Amino acid sequence: MVEVSILCDKVRYEEKSLYEKAQSKGIKSKIVDAKTVIIDTHSKKKDFLLGDIMLQRSVSYYRGLYLTACLEFLGFKVINRYEVGQTCGNKLITSIKLEQNKIPTPTTQFAFSAESGLESIRKTGFPLVLKPIVGSWGRGIYPLRDLETASMIIEMREEDDNPLSRIYYIQEMVDRPPRDIRCIVIGDQAITAIYRYSSPSEWRTNVARGGMVELAPITKEMEDLALKAAKAVGGGILGVDMMEDKNRGLVVHEVNNTVEFRGAASVSKADIPGEIIDYAVTVARH
Amino acid sequence: MKSKVECQECGAEITVPEDVVVGEIITCPDCGGEYEITSTVEGNLELKPAERVGEDWGQ
Repeated sequence: MVEVSILCDKVRYEEKSLYEKAQSKGIKSKIVDAKTVIIDTHSKKKDFLLGDIMLQRSVSYYRGLYLTACLEFLGFKVINRYEVGQTCGNKLITSIKLEQNKIPTPTTQFAFSAESGLESIRKTGFPLVLKPIVGSWGRGIYPLRDLETASMIIEMREEDDNPLSRIYYIQEMVDRPPRDIRCIVIGDQAITAIYRYSSPSEWRTNVARGGMVELAPITKEMEDLALKAAKAVGGGILGVDMMEDKNRGLVVHEVNNTVEFRGAASVSKADIPGEIIDYAVTVARH
Repeated sequence: MKSKVECQECGAEITVPEDVVVGEIITCPDCGGEYEITSTVEGNLELKPAERVGEDWGQ
């Protein structure tokens, strides 16, 4: 019988619903606190009672990523794989993978100093969006509408202690309705999709920023794009974020590795935790 | 299971749901202090201050 471990550093709605769903399906499962795991170079898989398959659900990106690397080193199967986490956690690498796979994605410039960042902004013109290459929940994402503000934000980034702040990821501001789309892909299926609307005082659509959700019909275009994007980053359980560009149609701007689905579950008829557990069992058996 | 614990910050009473599991975060309704449940063995709740939101949190 397959045993599923849910690795997390905080039990949120998602982790609890996964655990309860596994129980209701009669699948052995446990919640494992990622903060308590210790692994060394001589560790052996048999020393750890972590079941047959692990769902990496850590809210801390780096904790989840490096714990996954260590568990894979021991021979455990983890969803999503380390390489997938590494790609999805980094917007720059994700953009490259999307473009390499001919997936429509917003035009983005990469610059490696404050001077070249500003030069690229000046040459392109406004409006633009400056994003940190690693970061979530919409943190550190700034709309750039004039040179004065752009210069000040870049100056602020230069003073930041984080070396990644000196890598400039400057994206076109897509002409879209005040919403984006989150499509949840599990394996080779687009399970559900939602529109995420920004809250009245926000332009970002993140649910963590008070964005509202509504069920979105999965169109053929959306499904094809979501599946292609998921495949491009290495596959698994993913949240593919898209925008509806008024001229180009759908463009993929991000793929999320540890997909949060509380918002989607509140409006979707799909059994998201159930589908995740079934997928984990299938992966464990292959 | 004990369903109320005292907030370590302000002393207010925090009601804990019956189905709480280890790792879940509970919040003090008075001061907003957050606690992680660390044990529910034999109905005794143990908790510690929850981790602060990190720069790399989220998806």
